[in-house]
Amino acid sequence: MADLGIAGVALALFGGAIRASTPFLFVSLGECLTELSGRINLGLEGTLVCGAMSAYGAALLSGSPWLGVLAAALVGALLGALHAGLCSLARVNDIAVGIALMVLGTGLAFFFGKPLIQPRAPMLPALPLCPGCHFAPLRAALDINPLFLIGVALAFVLHWGLANTRPGLVLRTAGDSGAAARAMGYAPLLVRLWATMAGGALAGIGGAFLSLYYPGSWNEGLSSGQGLIAVALVIFARWRPLACLFASLLFGAAGALGPALQSIGVHQGTYLFNAAPYALTLAIMIATASPRGALAGAPAELAVTR
Amino acid sequence: MLSFTLALGAPTPTRRRWFGRLAEAWALPLLALTAALVAFGAFIAAFGVNPLAAAALIWRGAFGTWFSLQNTLQKAAPLLLTGLAMALPARAGLMIIGGEGALVIGGLACAVIGPALAGFADSAGGALMAQTLMLACGMAAGALWLMIPGALRHWRGVNETISSLLLNTIAIAVLNQLVEGPLRDPMSLNKPSTTPLSPALMLGHVPGLSVHVGLAFGLILCIGAGVLMQRTSFGFATGINGGNPRAAQMVGIDVGRLILIACALAGACAGLAGATEVAAVQGSATASLAAGYGYSGILVAFLARHNPFAIIPVAVLLGGIAASDGLLQRHLDLPDATVAVLQGFVFIAVLAAETFSGRLRLWRGGRRDG
Repeated sequence: MADLGIAGVALALFGGAIRASTPFLFVSLGECLTELSGRINLGLEGTLVCGAMSAYGAALLSGSPWLGVLAAALVGALLGALHAGLCSLARVNDIAVGIALMVLGTGLAFFFGKPLIQPRAPMLPALPLCPGCHFAPLRAALDINPLFLIGVALAFVLHWGLANTRPGLVLRTAGDSGAAARAMGYAPLLVRLWATMAGGALAGIGGAFLSLYYPGSWNEGLSSGQGLIAVALVIFARWRPLACLFASLLFGAAGALGPALQSIGVHQGTYLFNAAPYALTLAIMIATASPRGALAGAPAELAVTR
Repeated sequence: MLSFTLALGAPTPTRRRWFGRLAEAWALPLLALTAALVAFGAFIAAFGVNPLAAAALIWRGAFGTWFSLQNTLQKAAPLLLTGLAMALPARAGLMIIGGEGALVIGGLACAVIGPALAGFADSAGGALMAQTLMLACGMAAGALWLMIPGALRHWRGVNETISSLLLNTIAIAVLNQLVEGPLRDPMSLNKPSTTPLSPALMLGHVPGLSVHVGLAFGLILCIGAGVLMQRTSFGFATGINGGNPRAAQMVGIDVGRLILIACALAGACAGLAGATEVAAVQGSATASLAAGYGYSGILVAFLARHNPFAIIPVAVLLGGIAASDGLLQRHLDLPDATVAVLQGFVFIAVLAAETFSGRLRLWRGGRRDG
């Protein structure tokens, strides 16, 4: 097994990409929804960490990891409601509120999470897609968490729903022109409230994956900035849910590259590999941005692209 | 709409308008701070902690004794500089939150150049020259680092908030990689660090205090930046660009140059914070250089409403809250994240208070728009 070489790296990369991409997937789908409604929530890092903590705590208390996921979604929706509520006030800047919620969310998570560092909560089960495989690395790579599959399904549902359903249309209208939404009889602030709450709930679920599956524990260094990077990832994906899915897989693979290379004895550059997605995002933003006008596909009401 | 009237009487357009504005500049943050403290008191009361006892402890840990006051000033020193790093571009209309990254890069530059200058440590004049050079390197590195998001914004239209956020992460990765890899001092075993500075090159204390000179740098730069922003044509042009970039372009202001200068000054401040952290506190660059001073600086700048003069009291206040951390943990058995929760409350209250700006009538004939 030791001399699997490149094939081993590829397998580890595949499994790692799926594992590492799940939080990215949920947070970026959430952020995508929020941004499509015309508002940016930079505080999803705080939501993610808070979700991870509440998922772990709820799973520990109830004995059921799925109740933990539910708790994370609820906490995420609450933080989303706080963000949307503050942003509904006149003259309150949504970017700044996001930064504030990042501080508050991580602070609250560490505050309540202190007693959760020691005990072991029940973990989310993995679905063995290839239980009969005798080849251990392949079997490990095909142990997939149901949340990943739910996330993939959600990406397709959002892709379809945004284009073909009434709520999807209302959401995109509010994001492209608040005035048009108002003319249609929908209050843009209310649409954004729902979108931000849904986005927060998804980010919370992303956090639940971190604490209840992989890495599967609660500590203060649990998140490696997935919530922050999701904001950039959505821009990278041009506000398209399916592109969010592929971008998440790509980012997950970049994150898995370091550990995969370590398994064949390459120990140099772990930190740089971890930072690779960030550098990649920046490079893509530089390459695709335009000095005049907004990015193609950007919701017109979004402050960051103006 | 929401109105918040503290004084009765019909508003009249007035020569006392400036006073209303001044009162508002003080009243809004104070109001927000009070609201946040009350909410925080209720929060810890829910955990069976007496809020008044906590308040007394925060006071004692922050300002109560000569020792705690010095501790507060020590904590405030980097916040003065990282607060400026947020506030200066904000005056020009740019929301750059890259202070943490610029601080790290500045500290790294200082730690790289420092050991190379060990030969100068023998004479007093040589040491002073080497120290100046070290700090200048830190400032230059930080300035160049924060010019990246500014330049990308102006010439490529890349959102500066997100690019600076990404640059923070990249800077921290570079720091960790270099400290554990090529720059690692083989003598540092448990906690990887760069080669330590010669003790003769370490920066001293502010005369009469046991607080390092970073405090003096911060105070001087805050005052300097305040004068620059409020008393010079550069500051005036910056304010125009911050209010309306199109208007700035219309009146012939070189917006690109203005943005680059504002970002360079901001980066230099954050870089200096990192360099003093290395040259006055830690003696070498380690992973703990990224201790969150850059992110706290964002809060400082917002609480000061991006006014460089106001950064001084705000940094001292937040430094005091940070300094009382240990007392709260020991005496009330609160987790160390308590201070972060308090900071979050303050931050949110400050932002929410913005909605009252221009609507607060503390004085007859205060501003009447809104």
